[in-house]
Amino acid sequence: MRLVLSLGFALALAVPVTALAATGDARAPKDVHWSFEGPFGHYDRAELQRGFQVYKEVCSACHSLGRVAFHDLITPSEDPSSGIGFSEAQAKAIAASYKLPADPNEKGETVDASGNPLTRPGILADHFPSPFPNEEAARTANSGALPPDLSLIVKAREGGPQYVYSIVTGFHEKPPAGFKVLANKYFNPYFATWNIGMPPPLSDGQVNYSDGTKNSVDQEAHDVVTFLSWASEPKMEERKRVGFGVMAFLILLSVLLFLTYRRVWHGEH
Amino acid sequence: MSGQSTYEPKTAFTRWLDSRLPILRLTNDTMTTFPTPRNLNAWYSFGAILTFCLGVQIVTGIVLAMHFVPNAGLAFDSVENGIMRDVNYGWLMRYMHATGASMFFLAVYIHMFRGLYYGSYKAPREVLWILGVLIYLLMMATAFFGYVLPWGQMSFWAATVITSLFSSIDQILPHVGTAITYWLWGDFAVGDATLNRFFSLHYLLPFVIAAVVGLHIWALHVPGNNNPLGIDVKGPQDTLPFHPYYTVKDAFFLSLFVILFAGLLFFAPNLFNNPDNYTPANPLVTPPDIVPEWYLLPYYAMLRSVPQKLIGVLVLAAAILTLFFIPWLDSSKVRSCRFRPVMRLVFWVFAADCLMLGYLGAQTADATRTIMGAEVPLVWFARGGTLFYFAFFWILMPVLGRIEATRPLPDSIARPVLGRGAPLAAPAE
Repeated sequence: MRLVLSLGFALALAVPVTALAATGDARAPKDVHWSFEGPFGHYDRAELQRGFQVYKEVCSACHSLGRVAFHDLITPSEDPSSGIGFSEAQAKAIAASYKLPADPNEKGETVDASGNPLTRPGILADHFPSPFPNEEAARTANSGALPPDLSLIVKAREGGPQYVYSIVTGFHEKPPAGFKVLANKYFNPYFATWNIGMPPPLSDGQVNYSDGTKNSVDQEAHDVVTFLSWASEPKMEERKRVGFGVMAFLILLSVLLFLTYRRVWHGEH
Repeated sequence: MSGQSTYEPKTAFTRWLDSRLPILRLTNDTMTTFPTPRNLNAWYSFGAILTFCLGVQIVTGIVLAMHFVPNAGLAFDSVENGIMRDVNYGWLMRYMHATGASMFFLAVYIHMFRGLYYGSYKAPREVLWILGVLIYLLMMATAFFGYVLPWGQMSFWAATVITSLFSSIDQILPHVGTAITYWLWGDFAVGDATLNRFFSLHYLLPFVIAAVVGLHIWALHVPGNNNPLGIDVKGPQDTLPFHPYYTVKDAFFLSLFVILFAGLLFFAPNLFNNPDNYTPANPLVTPPDIVPEWYLLPYYAMLRSVPQKLIGVLVLAAAILTLFFIPWLDSSKVRSCRFRPVMRLVFWVFAADCLMLGYLGAQTADATRTIMGAEVPLVWFARGGTLFYFAFFWILMPVLGRIEATRPLPDSIARPVLGRGAPLAAPAE
């Protein structure tokens, strides 16, 4: 019986792992590195602002960012680890550049003289408005596909920032012979099924960075994924900072408890 | 062990209180002078660690409930906008609660395997063990209800899959299973009514757990602790007062446990989280792979190893209910695996079997592995693992206790004897 059990044990541990790459199986994401990786990582504020520019000028044409408020962009002088490095005045100006649906005016009207719904400029308390009034409008404008909200996209995908980066930069490859790219779809081997509804979003020189950073597709993608990672986990820096304090306290506590334990148990072992 | 109180009220007030509500006597007898075997090792600290885990879950849970909205249209937003972004330190409460659930199960599994290894379920501790299994069952129910609350994709579909297990009763009693499922849902589909009642039950059950933990500790204090040697305490030379010896020892190991807890909480809070649960629940889109949380994966592998749904559900139920019978399934006169060489080996195979089932539970239902050139469906490993799980309890435990040649037991905890060169009674540390 011992032999049988040992064999079973050996078999249980020796399950070999092989990966099969069939047509339509998403390719493993690219290996990209980030400023916010690891326990010491934090967001690069300049990159966050460039990434925000990419979101605003490119992604926001189709994708909402509904869980992020304009005040979230502010980095107050007393808390440099929140926001993306904008002052309150800058965030107010960004908010005001968006038009949001307004409440009825004092006469009770909801539309203006030409029948368009009343709008008002955004304020700091507002969240980023959606580019489409509803899901059906979004699908109609995108050949039936629904562009997902980007507020949590980095946490909502297996592979996180690497996956999102790979999707955004994963176009421009020829599909393998025999693979059929469907109508209104684009070939992207990092996407499950390889048929993605999103057209290639970025191109070299698509945005003009004011800080002189090279505007290549890779740089734009890296910047916007950094921004979206912040949007998914805006409290990451606060979390790590608190974590280091807690760990230092716990390690000191453990050392003291160990010494107390040795002292109390002395001679009783 | 217990029964004799050594408490002497020293002041007029404590004498007055002691004759009216002897609460200081109770605290003294159970937490201060309680005679505890002097050879308990680190694995015995998990009782204290679990009490801590329950406390963390209740405190963080109460704060989260102040900000959570149990409404199918608002629940996800109340977690992802409210708690995670707008509430001060809401992210801390939420990640502590989510990581805490995993740490709670990690601790309870170590606690249970420790009990299995040292035979802590054997007479006179059967009721203690049964109460423990009851706590484990309540924990699974609470964790399941809690997992549904953020109302992400995995929340919604886990609720659908698990509650639909009851519909398998239709196969023997037509319509009854479906009727039970609708009754559980409070609707004809998982929806607002389901979310509301799960929230209510998720808030209720931890307090039921706390009550059963009280009984569990009471049932511990009547026979006293088992110990790594598995032999009875013979007299005062075998024990130490609980305080300060075990208060400080438990505190030290708890502190190490909290370092691991904090490491995950602050530096890998989403390690155990399925990415799909960051997408709001959508009844029209089924995720490609619905997987439960890691602590339920072995049972999920057992459920899926049976092609027939009702029998799969019965296997799942039997796997959990079996735990209640362990005190009577093990026929050995010797408690601790230290003196049971065959059982010790079988124990580790069983532990590996549970890990393998956990791994298989996380794979897709049709996954295969190429072994020696042949493509083998993983479900065959799950079937083998499930059979071994039951064979361990229902065949090996009763049979081994009768035929196994055990090693000689030491005379006492304080003065263990060594037999035939085996490392029998290592000191407590």
